[in-house]
Amino acid sequence: MSVVPNPSPSNPPPRQTETAAGRLSPVTALSLAQKLQRQFEGLISEPTEFRAEFSLQISNLQRISEICSFAKTELGFDYLVDMTSLDHYGEDPRFTLVYHLYGYGHLQYVRLKGEVSEETAEVPTVTGVWRTADWHEREIYDLMGIRFKGHPDLRRIIMWEGYPYFPLRKDFPLSGRPSEMPEVAFTQQAPLAGGPFVTIAGGKDTISREPRVRIPDTDAIEMNSRLERRRDIKGAHGEARAPGPIQPKKERA
Amino acid sequence: MQTQTEIGYNSKVEGDVVVTRVDAALNWFRKNSLWPMPMGLACCAIELMAAGASRFDISRFGAEVMRFSPRQSDVMIVAGTVTYKMALAVKRIYEQMAEPKWVIAMGACASTGGMYRSYAVLQGVDRILPVDVYVAGCPPRPEALLDALIKLQNKVAKEPILSMLKKVA
Amino acid sequence: MPELLEIQIPDAAGRASQAAQELPERVKSNAEEVADLPTEKMVLNMGPSHPATHGVLRIVLELDGEIITKATPDIGYLHRGDEKIAENMTYTQFIPYTDRLDYLAPLANNVAYVLAVEKLMGIDKQLPQRCQFVRVICCELARISSHLLGLGSYAMDVGAITVFLHTFTEREKVYNLCESLTGARFTTSYTRIGGLARDLPPGWAEQCRKFCHEVVVNINETETLLSRNRIFVDRTQGVGVVSRQDAIDYGLSGPNLRGSGIEHDLRKTQPYLIYNQLKFEVPVGSAGDCYDRYLVRIEEMRQSVHIIHQCLDQMPGGPVNVPDGKVVLPPKDRVQTRMEDLIHHFINVTQGVNAPPGEIYFGHENPKGELGFYINSKGGGTPYRLKIRSPSFVNLSILPRLLPGHMMSDVVAVLGSFDFVMGECDR
Repeated sequence: MSVVPNPSPSNPPPRQTETAAGRLSPVTALSLAQKLQRQFEGLISEPTEFRAEFSLQISNLQRISEICSFAKTELGFDYLVDMTSLDHYGEDPRFTLVYHLYGYGHLQYVRLKGEVSEETAEVPTVTGVWRTADWHEREIYDLMGIRFKGHPDLRRIIMWEGYPYFPLRKDFPLSGRPSEMPEVAFTQQAPLAGGPFVTIAGGKDTISREPRVRIPDTDAIEMNSRLERRRDIKGAHGEARAPGPIQPKKERA
Repeated sequence: MQTQTEIGYNSKVEGDVVVTRVDAALNWFRKNSLWPMPMGLACCAIELMAAGASRFDISRFGAEVMRFSPRQSDVMIVAGTVTYKMALAVKRIYEQMAEPKWVIAMGACASTGGMYRSYAVLQGVDRILPVDVYVAGCPPRPEALLDALIKLQNKVAKEPILSMLKKVA
Repeated sequence: MPELLEIQIPDAAGRASQAAQELPERVKSNAEEVADLPTEKMVLNMGPSHPATHGVLRIVLELDGEIITKATPDIGYLHRGDEKIAENMTYTQFIPYTDRLDYLAPLANNVAYVLAVEKLMGIDKQLPQRCQFVRVICCELARISSHLLGLGSYAMDVGAITVFLHTFTEREKVYNLCESLTGARFTTSYTRIGGLARDLPPGWAEQCRKFCHEVVVNINETETLLSRNRIFVDRTQGVGVVSRQDAIDYGLSGPNLRGSGIEHDLRKTQPYLIYNQLKFEVPVGSAGDCYDRYLVRIEEMRQSVHIIHQCLDQMPGGPVNVPDGKVVLPPKDRVQTRMEDLIHHFINVTQGVNAPPGEIYFGHENPKGELGFYINSKGGGTPYRLKIRSPSFVNLSILPRLLPGHMMSDVVAVLGSFDFVMGECDR
């Protein structure tokens, strides 16, 4: 799907900037995204647009390093703004990695997304392309548990070495789990008193969004089973997930 | 033997007059020169710095000498969220402080974990340290911190200091 | 007329400098004897509790004499689990947590977060003009306040303790403004999705203008204390040089990036709110050392004052919230008399604003750098994933590359010039 973006305060009109080749040409986020997609035909999906931002879905993250070097050297994306991970608990593949790229020359953003399954949970590193990915990847490893092949120093950065869990996963409760490492650190479960008393993301109606009882340990499981049931029932309200999947997700057996 | 806070002649306890005066005098010295060890961890540290700056002068109360060395300080002001990763460092520093020492838990996070009920936050520094004064607020105004300091001073003034020294000796 | 005799009495400094000049000869003669002495590198822990690390940062330094050979920062001592908390809070309930990210400039974080949520919801174009002007004033006040504290504590660490007291006096004035505007000195939680918590109180604009006039005087004073101060210049010039390539590669942003000569400011390149209507300049350094970063911050403060003046001059009247009951809480008198508004109020408070499914990234020019929010929503009132791209986290990643080769005493100068906040770094 390709949409010409409308000029607006959050999406300025295409800039006449000097490209790496030294020619003046209109460079938009869409054109850059399309160039990237055409270079890796079959590996990257067509750009999808939401709120004037373009996302590209990568079907095989094992080639992410190649894609990123091309983006940096040929398309001028010399700044890795952010790297994130998402946990779709209960779906397979479980994790999604999101890369936000930006170029100081053409001042455009693009987003790359790829999926990582729980069994492999390993992706090649992009620290060879941008040195800033070093700490981003360490943080993703620390909080989500995805390993990065070829990373110079993959160890925990936010929690301490030897912490046994990956906190940002959906099956890890907000209140935490007890752990003990003598002389280093300890954790205890925080008293949540049955809370947090807020709505759960997703879910079309109040019943699925605000269950009567929330048990922290089974929260994610509760939520996802509700989302699954809803997905089975409805097809019309099909925007349950972020746009742009390249393959239909496999249902949990 | 009652510890009197006022340094005055009281004929009823004439036999203990000298001891009482020394007691009160020593406590008076102590309370008016509490040197804080600012365990400034998060946002409350900024209000702690503001309390030390010129508008809410903490040096009026004798406490502007913010000694970052635990060996030279009297009161540890735990200002900010104590995470589990930081907890052992805070405890170690507390143990390095010389007696007598006191602790002020400044702010909601230090008192009870505050609004961070999560896997990484120690729900109150009193789980690892004995706290003397809790200050509510997020962050507490510098005036609240000064109020806590005054409360601590009143607590210090009532301590039966000489009897404690005799016990230790 | 008696003859004037010149007598040279070398003081301690003079004798030391003479000795320093003679040192090379002595060392040279000892060099062969010293060369085969076994030396060990010392590992020094600049612990989480340290007066000059600006929060709870731990750096493990490997020293060869005075020179650092390896530096390993250890962060996470203030990790409070904000991102996981965000998955369990509605968008409005998360606003107080954003205050405490970069706790030196809470208003800026509030604005950044709310802009991100509004972008997700698609109502950022419907914001009333007055709201946008007030938000810009909030951001710039936060910038001034953050730089004041950054410079004050930087100067204090480097040795000039008076500057700290000077800048804190001005910060107290900002606190007064914040207090009359939002109710809190600091940790303001002022913005709401679709607008602001409340409008400007009467007389606030005049107070703000008066503050702007006073703060410029104070900035000039600070500059006279520091910019040509021999000790300050010696400690900061040529120290902590970040090359252009390194700055881009390591993802630096904000004054750290501009100090290295890259002219990039999100207010100009990705304009949001009404920044494209305002005239201001973006200071850019050339050498990439600590002194340049300091100069960039001083000039940014002056530009912020300029921006605030323009905003106050051009401030329109009108409402301050988006007129949509589903997003903004309706006024209380309507809530208590009309059914529809009561329902809007109830749903807004209990379930939160109904964001559409989708994902956005919004980067905001915070005083520390680019504060970005990546929100992935599956619909409903809470985000599915909220990632906070914090500038301090990324700025600190350059330390293992930057510090080796410097002396131990330069570490403090470098850390202060980066002006990071651990609350933001660890989230």
